[in-house]
Amino acid sequence: MSDLESSLQVLPEQLDLAPGYDVERVRRMFPILAQQIYGKPLIYLDSAATSQKPLAVIETMSRFFLQENANVHRGVHYLSVRATEEYEKARAKVQGFLNAEHVEEIVFVRGTTEAINLVAQTYGKTQVRAGDEVLISVMEHHSNIVPWQMLCEQTGARLRVAPIDDAGELRLDELERLIGPRTRLVAVTHVSNVLGTINPIRRIVELAHARGVRVLVDGAQAAPHLKVDVRALGCDFYALSGHKMYGPTGIGVLYGRHELLESMPPYQGGGDMILSVTFEKTIYNKPPYKFEAGTPNMAGAIGLGAAVDFLDLLGPAAIAAHEQTVQAYALKALAAVPGLRLIGTAAQKVGVLSFVLDGIHPHDIGTILDREGIAIRTGHHCAQPLMNRFGVAATATARASLGCYSTERDIDALVAGLGKVQEVFR
Amino acid sequence: MSDFELRDLYQEVVIDHGKRPRNFRELPDATCTAEGFNPLCGDQLRIYIKLADGVIADIAFQGAGCAISQASASLMTLAVKGKTPQEAHALFVRVHTLLTEGPNAQVTAAELGKLAVLSGVWEFPVRVKCATLAWHTLRSALEGGGSQVSTE
Repeated sequence: MSDLESSLQVLPEQLDLAPGYDVERVRRMFPILAQQIYGKPLIYLDSAATSQKPLAVIETMSRFFLQENANVHRGVHYLSVRATEEYEKARAKVQGFLNAEHVEEIVFVRGTTEAINLVAQTYGKTQVRAGDEVLISVMEHHSNIVPWQMLCEQTGARLRVAPIDDAGELRLDELERLIGPRTRLVAVTHVSNVLGTINPIRRIVELAHARGVRVLVDGAQAAPHLKVDVRALGCDFYALSGHKMYGPTGIGVLYGRHELLESMPPYQGGGDMILSVTFEKTIYNKPPYKFEAGTPNMAGAIGLGAAVDFLDLLGPAAIAAHEQTVQAYALKALAAVPGLRLIGTAAQKVGVLSFVLDGIHPHDIGTILDREGIAIRTGHHCAQPLMNRFGVAATATARASLGCYSTERDIDALVAGLGKVQEVFR
Repeated sequence: MSDFELRDLYQEVVIDHGKRPRNFRELPDATCTAEGFNPLCGDQLRIYIKLADGVIADIAFQGAGCAISQASASLMTLAVKGKTPQEAHALFVRVHTLLTEGPNAQVTAAELGKLAVLSGVWEFPVRVKCATLAWHTLRSALEGGGSQVSTE
């Protein structure tokens, strides 16, 4: 029995036997976490940048290349049929994960960035005209700002920005006010990659739909932490990245309502997205294939399917409960660090903890923590407008972010590391 | 071992100059100026130089950044004041070699003076850009650059 099989087979029983969440067992599923960095145990607090990968994902991808690799949707031979089956099975897993109504609503893309660009350049290009408006929020990642700026430049539309309060919560009253007769789309993040804020997507969708406006949700930071149900949320588009949710890089998903995907023009032209090609006329394939030109990232999609299985196995609710416990511990511990200011104190948030230390640049914090074996992110986190909003544009912030494998021990190490940082700068 | 390397990077002088950078001001009568930017970490600074009688009669800088970039800029202003642009450029080359090649660099302590405190930076490759930003900006200002210097 391989490590993969044993880890997968033991876990459900253990979950049944053990009341609650056995984080040590979860950690053993991530071989990378066992290593030492500069002679110290690795403390990985950078899951918001990318999550680590469980053995199940690594071995699923490895098995694909060792035993199943062939091009999908083309060949009549055994391996091609098998690869196609696995690829489409992964799509169905994502459909289940998001609770989408139809499997055709799941488009495989490179990641959240490509998903948003796809919508901007297809739906946006056909629906947004000069004088129209696209509404985003101050807390967006650059990937949910720049594609809309590009669209606005191309069409003569205008980008509007909903503000947030000092805790990092969206000002819903302002957002509602900004949805006007020219608004064509609201594009907003589910969870902020800097503040951790969980936005009330359902309410935002209600406000937008009441005015006939479609909503795109950037779910990159939500998928690893929350139960995502696109039908309950009611959104029109939902974008996510595999690598943030324990899957591989280079694969992501665009969920789109079937009737919208049907009506949208293709994103890129090429193989697989067509039904027939002559030099006079090309007939496009149906969704989702219409949007998947070229040989897709098959191993990536199958790896993402394994990541969805992994999340299902642990249970999104159990993961969320565990992470909330560690987050509460972290918030308390960080509040006790002298001179530390937490940025992002929303009532509803995930374990993304951005902070600044009095008189010490985040880059220096990052280097000193690194030598303690502690991995955090420093910088503007691809959210420069948000750095401006909190008056930290010049320095940006340090950010520790949690995953399903994070422990109170990690937080203790972080706090001790920050003590060391302050010692160096004393 | 890692503690030892950390002290190499954050030497007392570096911490001191990082916290209290010298010549941190505008120079209203500057004859040349340039701006430097490190997009990776957001470090940004502007160098002001007053050239008179063929030497750098005065030099100052303003900006925001980590301890390494602030200290490097501060130490640089002290090191090049009173030097000719050619001498400043020669120093740029020596410092750049020291930062990128470490102990392999054929640079003696005497040639560097106080700048030798930057010798620990080479052990931290991701921080080399922080230390070189001010120097690249200096070179651009002396060459009459005008355009923004980027470390990327």
